[in-house]
Amino acid sequence: MARHTASSPAMGTTQTSFASLAVRGPSWDGRFTVLILFLPPALLLFTLFVVLPIGEAAWYSAFNWNGFGKPTNWIGFDNYRFVLETRAFWLALRNNGLIIAVSLAIQLPLALTLALMLAEKFRGAVALRMLFFMPYILAEIATGLIFSFVYDGDYGLVASIWRSFGAEPPHLLASTDTSMMAVLIVIVWKYFGFHMMLFIAALQSLDKSLIEAARIDGATRAQTLRHVVIPLLYPTIRLSVFFAIIGSLQLFDLVMPLTRGGPADSSNTMVSFLYNNGISRMRVGYGSAIGVILFVICVTFAFTYKRWFMRDE
Amino acid sequence: MSNAETTRAPFDPAVLFKALFLGLIAIFVLVPLLATLLGGFKSLGELRVNPFGWPKHWEWQNYADILFSARYWQLLRNSLIISTLAVTLTLITASMAAFTFAHIKFYGSSALLSYLTLGLLFPAATAVLPLFIKVRDLGLLDTYFGVALPQVAFSLAMSVLLLRRFFKDIPYELLEAALVDGCSYIKFFRYVTLPLSRPILATVGTITFVNSWNAYLLPLVMLNTDALYPWPLGIMVYQGEYSSEWHLILAFITLTILPTIILFLLAQKHIVAGLTAGAVKG
Repeated sequence: MARHTASSPAMGTTQTSFASLAVRGPSWDGRFTVLILFLPPALLLFTLFVVLPIGEAAWYSAFNWNGFGKPTNWIGFDNYRFVLETRAFWLALRNNGLIIAVSLAIQLPLALTLALMLAEKFRGAVALRMLFFMPYILAEIATGLIFSFVYDGDYGLVASIWRSFGAEPPHLLASTDTSMMAVLIVIVWKYFGFHMMLFIAALQSLDKSLIEAARIDGATRAQTLRHVVIPLLYPTIRLSVFFAIIGSLQLFDLVMPLTRGGPADSSNTMVSFLYNNGISRMRVGYGSAIGVILFVICVTFAFTYKRWFMRDE
Repeated sequence: MSNAETTRAPFDPAVLFKALFLGLIAIFVLVPLLATLLGGFKSLGELRVNPFGWPKHWEWQNYADILFSARYWQLLRNSLIISTLAVTLTLITASMAAFTFAHIKFYGSSALLSYLTLGLLFPAATAVLPLFIKVRDLGLLDTYFGVALPQVAFSLAMSVLLLRRFFKDIPYELLEAALVDGCSYIKFFRYVTLPLSRPILATVGTITFVNSWNAYLLPLVMLNTDALYPWPLGIMVYQGEYSSEWHLILAFITLTILPTIILFLLAQKHIVAGLTAGAVKG
C-alpha cells in the first residue's frame, strides 16, 4: 500500500488490491481502531474547552471569587441578583434588542433589495457584490477603528461634513444620546453584505420555471416578486434573521474600538458588559453569572426559533 | 424575456433608480475604506482640513516607517502562527471525527454528534472566564496554544457537520470495495477520503482561518506579553499609544487589513462560497 500517494486516490486502491490475499469484510477490529483513534481528539478538545467551561461557569457563579486559589465564598444566587440589579445590564439587553430591531427593519430589507438587483447579470454586478461583501471579511477591530476615525469630532469625515455647513461638529461616540446609533450604523455597514450574499445564493438556486410560469400567466414584475419570489425566499429570510439575532448576542469586537461600551454604559452589548464588569476586573463569580444568563438566552432562543420557524429545515 | 427587452428604453426610470441606489450604497461602503487608505498618506494637519480628498502632498513616510518597523511584522507573524495552528488542528481533528461519524455505526454515535453540535448554540464569550482559568491551570496562558486550542474547540461543531455531510456523499461502494481488498479504514481515510474532499477542506479551512485571524476576545484574555500579540490586539495598543495621531493610525490600519483584502481579491470565489456555505449548512 505504500505506493499509494495522495495523487493516486480512489481507483488505485480498489483495483490493485484484487491481487491481495487478505480478503476480509469490514471487520469490527478496523472500526474499533478508528473509533479509539479518530474520535478522542475532537471530543477531548470540545469537552475541555467548550462544555466544561460552561458547566464551571454555572458552578463559579455561586461564589464571590477573584480567580485566585479555590472558590470558597459561597453566596448562592446573589451574583444573579447583583447582575439583574445593575442598570448597565438592562441597558446592554436593550442595546442587543436595538441591534436586532435594526437588523430586521433596515439591514434585512436592504440586503434583500440589493440581492434582487445584483442577482441579475449585468456589467459590474459581480464587482458590486464583492464590494458589498468586503466589509464582512474585515476584522471587527479594524472596522471599529476605521469608524472611530469617521466619527472623530476633530479629524473625522462626519466632522468635516458638519464643518462645511458651518456647524459645530458633534462628538457622536462621546455622547450617551448618539453612541449607540453610531454603533448601529457600523453594524449595518459591516454585515449587510453577508446577508445579501445569502439571498443571492438562494436566488440563484431558485426554480426559474415558477417565475416564468407566473410571467406567462400575466403577472407583473411586482406581482411575481411579491407572490412568487419572496415566498420562495422565506427559508433564507428565516435563516438570515437567525444569524442577525445570534450575531447581535455575540457582538463585542466592534464595540471595543468604537466606545468600549460607553459613555456611561450607553453602548454596551451583553458581551462588552460581561467584559467590562466581569473579565477586566477578574470578578469570576459575577462574570460567570452574566455568562450563564447569556448562555441561557442563546440556547433558549436557538431552540425556540428552530422549533417555531425552521421546523422543516 | 422579450418583454423585458422592449421595455428597456433609454430613459427607463427604474434603471435610473437602480443605478442611483447601487451607487449610493457603493459610496457608503467605499468612502470609509478609501478615506482610511488615503488618510495614511496625509500629514495630521492636512487630515484635519481635508479628510476626504486626494492628498495634496503624499507622505510616504507614514507607511514606510510602519513597513520597516519590527513591530508590524511581529504582529503579522503572531497572527499567522496562531491562525495556522488553529486551521491545522481543526482540519485534522474535525476530519477524523467527521470520518468516524460518516462511516462507522456504533452505539451512541448520534448522541455524540448531537453533543458536538451543542457548540453551535452559544458563543465563546459566555464561558470565557472559566475558559481563562482552565487555560491558566493547564499552564497555557500566554502561549500561542492557549489561544489556538479554544479556537479549535469552538470551530469543531461547524467543521464536523460540514465535513461529515461531504464524507457521507462519497459512494459507499468505494469504501466497501476498498475494505474487501484489505485496505484499512485509516488508509481509506488518508488516500481516498481526504484527497476527494479538498473543496470542503478548503471551505472549513477558510472559515477557521478568517475567524482566527480576526479574533480579538480570546487573545485579549489569554495573552499578556506584547511580543505574542496578534494584530487585532497590537493595533489597539498602537491606537492607545498614538491616540490622536490619526494619520499614523490610519496607515497602520491600512497595512494590517491589506493581507485580508489581498487574500480576498485572490480567492474571492472560495471565500464567499466558504463563508456563506458554512452559514447555510450549519
